[in-house]
Amino acid sequence: NWVMADTGVVETLLRLIEKVDDGVDSLEVAASLGVDHQVIVGAVKSLQALGDIISAELRSSKHWELTEEGTEIAEQGSHEARVFSSIPLEGLAQSELMKLSFGKIGFSKAMSNKWIRVDKSHEGGPRIFKTVESIDDQVREKLLLVKKANTAQLEEKEKNELKKRKLLSEVTVKSYWISKGISFSTTITKQETELTPEMVANGSWKEKKFKPYNFEAMGVAPDCGHLHPLMKVRTQFRQIFLEMGFTEMPTNNFIESSFWNFDSLFQPQQHPARDQHDTFFLSDPALAHEFPQDYLERVKKVHSEGGFGSQGYKYDWKIEEAQKNILRTHTTAVSARMLYKLAQQKFTPVKYFSIDRVFRNETLDATHLAEFHQIEGVVADYGLTLGDLMGILHQFFTKLGITKLRFKPAYNPYTEPSMEVFSYHEGLKKWVEVGNSGVFRPEMLLPMGLPEDVSVIAWGLSLERPTMIKYGINNIRELVGHKVNLQMVYDSPICRLES
Amino acid sequence: MPTVGVKRDLLFKALGRTYTDEEFDELCFEFGLELDEITSEKEIISREQGDSKASGASDTILYKIDVPANRYDLLCLEGLVRGLQVFKNTLEAPRYRRVSPSSGEPQKLVITKETAAVRPHAVAAVLRNITFTQERYDSFIELQEKLHQNICRKRSLVAIGTHDLDTISGPFTYTAKPPGDISFKPLNQTKEYTATQLMSLYKTDSHLRHYLHIIEDKPVYPVIYDSNGIVLSMPPIINGDHSKITLKTKNVFIECTATDVTKAKIVLDMMVTMFSEYCSQPFTVEEAEVVYPDGKTYKYPELAYRKEKLSSEFINRKVGINESTEKIAQLLTRMCLLSQATGVGDEIEVEIPPTRSDIIHACDIMEDAAMAYGFNNIPRTTPRTYTVANQVPGFSSACLMCCSQEDIAEKLAKKISETKAVHISNPKTAEFQVARTTLLPGLLKTIAANRKMPLPLKLFEISDVVLKDETKDVGARNSRRFCAVYYNKSPGFEVIHGLLDRTMQLLEVKSVRGDGYHIQAADGKKALRGNTLSFIWSCVSYSTFFPGRCAEIFVRGKSVGRLGVLHPDVINRFELTMPCSALEMDIEPFL
Repeated sequence: NWVMADTGVVETLLRLIEKVDDGVDSLEVAASLGVDHQVIVGAVKSLQALGDIISAELRSSKHWELTEEGTEIAEQGSHEARVFSSIPLEGLAQSELMKLSFGKIGFSKAMSNKWIRVDKSHEGGPRIFKTVESIDDQVREKLLLVKKANTAQLEEKEKNELKKRKLLSEVTVKSYWISKGISFSTTITKQETELTPEMVANGSWKEKKFKPYNFEAMGVAPDCGHLHPLMKVRTQFRQIFLEMGFTEMPTNNFIESSFWNFDSLFQPQQHPARDQHDTFFLSDPALAHEFPQDYLERVKKVHSEGGFGSQGYKYDWKIEEAQKNILRTHTTAVSARMLYKLAQQKFTPVKYFSIDRVFRNETLDATHLAEFHQIEGVVADYGLTLGDLMGILHQFFTKLGITKLRFKPAYNPYTEPSMEVFSYHEGLKKWVEVGNSGVFRPEMLLPMGLPEDVSVIAWGLSLERPTMIKYGINNIRELVGHKVNLQMVYDSPICRLES
Repeated sequence: MPTVGVKRDLLFKALGRTYTDEEFDELCFEFGLELDEITSEKEIISREQGDSKASGASDTILYKIDVPANRYDLLCLEGLVRGLQVFKNTLEAPRYRRVSPSSGEPQKLVITKETAAVRPHAVAAVLRNITFTQERYDSFIELQEKLHQNICRKRSLVAIGTHDLDTISGPFTYTAKPPGDISFKPLNQTKEYTATQLMSLYKTDSHLRHYLHIIEDKPVYPVIYDSNGIVLSMPPIINGDHSKITLKTKNVFIECTATDVTKAKIVLDMMVTMFSEYCSQPFTVEEAEVVYPDGKTYKYPELAYRKEKLSSEFINRKVGINESTEKIAQLLTRMCLLSQATGVGDEIEVEIPPTRSDIIHACDIMEDAAMAYGFNNIPRTTPRTYTVANQVPGFSSACLMCCSQEDIAEKLAKKISETKAVHISNPKTAEFQVARTTLLPGLLKTIAANRKMPLPLKLFEISDVVLKDETKDVGARNSRRFCAVYYNKSPGFEVIHGLLDRTMQLLEVKSVRGDGYHIQAADGKKALRGNTLSFIWSCVSYSTFFPGRCAEIFVRGKSVGRLGVLHPDVINRFELTMPCSALEMDIEPFL
């Protein structure tokens, strides 16, 4: 907020300092040069920026200043004095006096000073007369002293009395005590900010002085792209799956039929997950129109009558329910399509993974969104055991830096056994759920046509949860969606899950 | 997952021992339950309604236990205790028996053909000489509620009615009538209402209003009468007040009406297996006869025990353990599946009791063996599945897939009908009306939410949009897009153009007409005629851009996208204030 000092003021200031032995006060300099104090402050700052030409010490001093009313009195006299001088020899009607701006206040003061008297019995109303010939307006005298900065001549008591009358106020003034610096000189060389090609070419840098760098300041942010934290964590998970020999499934079909999302997984048609409250249904295109017909018949049969060693659910399975299009609620729908495809050829063992979006018609809050990313791993081979599932989960989570795992029996319509995966959280000192897993049910696999002795083990977890933990994000809306905080995107470090 | 609340001390008394919270938590974990919360009535009330309301409430400690969704036999204190005791080998699983009444005919429930139009099935049973206490009574009511919420799918599949048999007399008739013709005094009311009146009375009932829709639009409502014309219940809404259960009730008539008879049988089995414990002859249930309109008669409850045979080798192989046939039979018996080695090889005969309707396949039996063995005692092994890794070129992004119609249409100055958007029928908010057909709105909204950030803002996204496509089985497909936005004090078209050039360079597409790529001024007139492109261009259209500032991107002669300076109206509609240039293109051809 200060203006760059013009060279004239800077030079005058330097000459002033040269003449004195100790130093000068910036306020006094301003007064003597008749310029605003800020101009001198500006000159001081620009000299400071040049190095040690001057030394400037910030001071603060208190001094007395006239208030607006005090200034008026210093110029025109106190209210009581003005009352006194406005009364002619023949006196003045009190009512007339009161019409004057200073009348009221001045009247009582003049009365108590016994400068005037009131003749209440005067015909035509009370009339005021002078009682003395001349007066000494001390208030004005004192204020004039303050105005001329001769406050020292006033006693403390007097100053306080004037302060009480709101004629004086005490103010703090900041100023600089300016003295010669180590490299004092009255001629200034302009400092260069940077080395230029010209200086290098003609050697003029030898005569130049250079402005020092401020090493405390932050550097300029490099001009580069930033990946969203979710994408960084995703990349890390992909890497882990690839290291473990998993092949990525094509997951680019957000719109799925209820058939592949639920029925093929042996999830009954009355299951709560198929409720309007849990799943987004489509109005356009509302229905899927093409299914592998013989497979659909086998699915229908296993639900409604059983078979493949199962009692089935024994209910009236309806194609209309299966046709309903939805936004897929899990990537397991993709796994189902992949496993069906696998079953249509000569079986070879596979390891699949996917990381992509899924949708749930959830009520949104700080940890739930209607869209999130599911990470899924699937292994199909002959003779896989529950112990194998635990072993592979152990490998997977070890790569994430999680080594202490335990498993809780759980329920899931398309896996049996089903296990929730818990890891010991060193920070929270408790076991926290990190994922879900299980062995796909025969009622899901056999109608697809997979060989009877093939087992398929699978697990899933959300991408958002580990990302939120990794980057310390508490509200999922800061991570996902357009309310994402770009600063967070710029600032987040490289993702190394194990650290 | 349903949560069951039980009083801790009552639970420990029934279990015959006490546990520390940690010990009980551990037991739950092993058994596939989860001790979700330790609380009290007082704490719950004070949390939900404030401290003042909670004063005087009980501070008896409650355990809230999460139960797997298919284990209906664990939804009450009685079942939980039985399950845990058998698991801990301190109790032999009881045998549930259906018995005929000691004298006279069984209770009869006759279904009339009118029910076919609304709720065609019913099952029934009698609990004879039962002794209720306040706790047993509360648990009895609570179990009905839990079953209603879970397997009964909020009473739509099955509804349970329980009655004091001594206040009514059979045979009972299950029929359906027009609502105006049904009149009775419902539970906890003081006067009679017609069914029509009841439906409007319960419109504001916080509990019952959720069930009205099940029959509301039907021409006839289900109703059960006794032989004197007394209404037992109007399922699935409310019971009659006349036959209500009290603490003094000795004989209970249970009826379940249903649209799914399999579930009705399961529900009835659950009710009677859980509470026959308190009958004078524990675990016996008196049969009732149900007569269908075609004259067929069925006896309920079924209380069926099913036998399955499997080999211990199967269990060992699937779980990954190596236990003897006898040991595995013991493990299964601890899960209420009474098992024994038959002596034929490693064969085990497993008996599935009526409480375990969740056991529908050998794999369910295998899981129970694994649970009894202890999941965490199973050796963790590495499958030797040899595969070669492979990846799909893929990206994903952090912008939301769903949005409002306005975002992809009006705000971009185009009609929703031009977008090929997929529409969601049941969104909870306007933010989920459609799946996006363009990435641009997400990026513009992101900028709007980050206006405090220093300029310029340069954002990009590579992600999928969803478009209707009749050639696909579901009628829609994903399409991979690349979108970038430059937001600054000047439009910076050259920046966006430069990004396109760099992208093409990385994709090894040369900047030439014909074989490479080029951009050319988009033709507004042609765009208006709607016949511009071979590529179905459903995202940013000509009208989204400032007139004369929109170019079309051609790769190998085909239009793949557009770039240009956004129209000020579009900028304003996204609550932005600076000029902005953008690029969006289809990148499916490059994958």
